[in-house]
Amino acid sequence: MRVTLFVPCFIDSLYPNVGMSMVRVLERLGHTVEFPEDQTCCGQPPFNSGYWEEARSVARKQLVVFQNAEIILSGSGSCGAMFKVFYPELFHGLPEEAAAKAHAAKTWEFSEFLVNKLGVKDLGARFEGRATFHDGCHGLRELGTKQAPRELLQHVKGLELVEMGEAETCCGFGGTFAVKYPQISTAMAEVKCNSIRETQADYVISNDSSCLMQIGGWLNRNVGSVKCLHLAEVLASR
Amino acid sequence: MSTLAEAPRDQFQTDANRTATDDVRRLAVRRALSNYQTARNRTGATFTDWKSARSAAATIKHEAVNHLDKYLEEFERKFTARGGKVFWASNSEQARNYILELAAARGVRSIVKSKAMTGEEIHLNPALLAAGYGVVESDLGEYIQQLKGEAPYHFVFPCMHLRRDEISDLFEKELGTAKTDNPEELTMIARRVLRRAYIDADMGISGGNFIVADTGMISITENEGNARLTVGIPKIHVALIGIEKVVPCLGDLALLLPMLATAGTGQHLTGYNSMYGGPRQPGETDGPEEFHVVLLDNHRTRLLADPEQRDALHCIRCGACLNVCPIFKNIGGHTYGTTYQGPIGSVITPHFRGLQDWKHLSGASSLCGACTETCPVGIDIHHHLLRNRRNAAQEKPAPGESLVWRMFAFLMRRPALYKFASRFAPLGSLLHPLIERTALDPVRAWTNTRDFPSAPLRSFRAQFKAHQAQKAAAISQNGGAK
Repeated sequence: MRVTLFVPCFIDSLYPNVGMSMVRVLERLGHTVEFPEDQTCCGQPPFNSGYWEEARSVARKQLVVFQNAEIILSGSGSCGAMFKVFYPELFHGLPEEAAAKAHAAKTWEFSEFLVNKLGVKDLGARFEGRATFHDGCHGLRELGTKQAPRELLQHVKGLELVEMGEAETCCGFGGTFAVKYPQISTAMAEVKCNSIRETQADYVISNDSSCLMQIGGWLNRNVGSVKCLHLAEVLASR
Repeated sequence: MSTLAEAPRDQFQTDANRTATDDVRRLAVRRALSNYQTARNRTGATFTDWKSARSAAATIKHEAVNHLDKYLEEFERKFTARGGKVFWASNSEQARNYILELAAARGVRSIVKSKAMTGEEIHLNPALLAAGYGVVESDLGEYIQQLKGEAPYHFVFPCMHLRRDEISDLFEKELGTAKTDNPEELTMIARRVLRRAYIDADMGISGGNFIVADTGMISITENEGNARLTVGIPKIHVALIGIEKVVPCLGDLALLLPMLATAGTGQHLTGYNSMYGGPRQPGETDGPEEFHVVLLDNHRTRLLADPEQRDALHCIRCGACLNVCPIFKNIGGHTYGTTYQGPIGSVITPHFRGLQDWKHLSGASSLCGACTETCPVGIDIHHHLLRNRRNAAQEKPAPGESLVWRMFAFLMRRPALYKFASRFAPLGSLLHPLIERTALDPVRAWTNTRDFPSAPLRSFRAQFKAHQAQKAAAISQNGGAK
C-alpha cells in the first residue's frame, strides 16, 4: 500500500525520530512510504484560537498537497483530528467542502491504521521496561482511539504495560492554551504526571507528541526520572 | 476574591493564577469529585443503554427548545386554569421588580428561598435584602454560602470546596454554636435555624428543574426536602425558572429525572421529586394561597437565535460537565466569576452577558472534550467553546493576536519559506538556554514551569531525504550487481 505521511510541523523539527519510526514500521510491513515535501502545518493553532480564515488559508494548501494520497497517515491524534473532524467543519458550505471531506475520509491515526486498516497487532517489536499509556484527548474523544494503541503495545516483547489512574484526564497541553493560561495548564500537567508517577513506570507512551511535550516538559523540570516515548518509537524498537 | 470593578478577564486571570496553585483546595475538590465519579459510574451502569437514553433525552429537549413558544403557552394555559399566575420576564430587572412589587403589595416581611440558580443569575437576594426583606436560603449548601457571604462554588454542590471544620467554624462565628466535625450535628444546627425560617416566612421562592407543558406543572427535584417546605408553608410561592426548562409532557420526566440524578449526583433518583401545579385548590388543606411562576428569558432567546449553539439550551443543569472538567478541578468554581461555572457556563455566559467580556472563558480550555462526553443531553460543549472563540475573533480581532496568526498563515502557506525557517530550529535550541526564562525568552510562558524540548540537528525532512537516497543507492547497487 502507498502510505502518505503527514508529519506535523513540530514533529518535523522537534521529534524527527517519531516520523522516522513510523517510516521504519511501515517499511517493515512492506508498504511504500511517501512524504510530500510541501506539507507544513494542519492549521490547528489559528483554528483553535478562533482565526478560522487564517486556518483555512493554511488548510487549503494541505488539501492540494495531499490530494493524490490514498492514505494520509498522521503520527499525532490531534493533527489527525484536525484533518478528520475539523476540516469538514472549517470548509462547511464553502467550495472546498467536498475536498475537505475526501481529505478527512482518507486520514488515519497511526495506531488505528495499523490495527483497524491493516489488521496488524504484532509488529515483532521488543522493548524492555515498565510503561503506562497516555490517551491524547483529540485521539481519544475526536477520533475514538482507545484500544488500538494498547493492543499494539500488548504485543511488544519485554514491555510491561500498566494503566494509570485517570488515564483519560487531559494533560493540560491544549495548544495555545498552554501558553495563554500557563498556570492552569501546569496544574493539569502536575495532576497528570502524578498519576503517571504512581504507576512507577519507567516510560510514558502516547500517540500524540504534543501531549508528550507537555508531560515531558513537566517531568524533566520536576522529576527527571520518567521518559516519554511516542508509540511509533516503541513499535520500531527491536 | 477580586473586586467587582475589575474586568471579568482580569479577575479570571488573577484568580486562576492563585487557585491553580492552591494545593489544599485542589486536593479537596478532586477528592469530592472522585467520590462523585465512583457513584456516577455505578448508577450509570444500571442503565441498560446509557447512549440511547442520552439520545432520547436530547430528542426531548430538542423538541422542547425548538418549540418553546408552543410548550410555554400550553404550560401557561393549564397552570393559570388552576389559579396560578405566570409572569414573562424578559430580563433580570423585570423579574426582580415583579417579585419585589408582589412582596410589597402583600405586605411580606420575611422570605425563605430554596435553591435557584436563576435567583443568583438575576441577583435576587441582594435586591430583596436592599428592599428590607429578610431572606434565608434553605438548601444546606446554599445556606452555608449565604452565611459565608459567598456565591455558590458549583451550581449543584454550592459548598463542595469547604471542609467540615471550616463549616463548623463558620457556624460558630455566625450562629454561636459549639465546634463539631460531625456532619449530622452540623446539619441539625442548620435545620434548627431553617425550621424557624419556614414558619416565619410569608413568601417562599424556589427555582424549578422542569416545566411540564401538558400538565401545567413545575417539577422540583432535591435531596433535603427543603424545597417542599419552602413551597408548602408560606402563603405565597414564587417559582423563578428559565424558559428553556420546559418539556412537552409528564412522561418525559420518567427519563429526565433519573438522568438528572445520575449525572448530577450519581443517584438513581434524588430523595424528593415533587410536582406543583397551582395554588391551594378549594377543599384542599395545605399549599400556598398564591402561586406565581416567573418565566425568565434574560437572553436565553439570544442563544435560541443561534442555530449552531442552540443545543446549549438543552442543559438540565446537572453539573456533570463541571465534575469531569480538569480546568474546574484545578481552578474551582469562584474563579469563573459567573453564575454558571465550568464548561457549560463558559459556553452560555458569553451569550447571556456579552461575548467580548466573557470570551476568555472559552479560551481557558484545553478542549479535551470530557464535558461533551459526559453530558447527559448530548450538548456539543467543547466545540461550542471553539465556536465562541471564532465568533469573538471574527467580531473583534485582537490586534496582536490577529497579526501573529496572519504571519503564521503566511509562513505555513509557503513551504519553501517554512523549510528555510525551520532550518534555524537547531540553532534556536542551541541559543535558547542563554535567554531561557528571561524577559527575552519568547516561550517563557512555557519555560517558567516546564522544560522546552530542543530541536535535533536534523529534522524529519532531512532524515527522510537521506533515508530515501540511501534506499535508492542500495537499489541501484543491487541493480548494477546483476
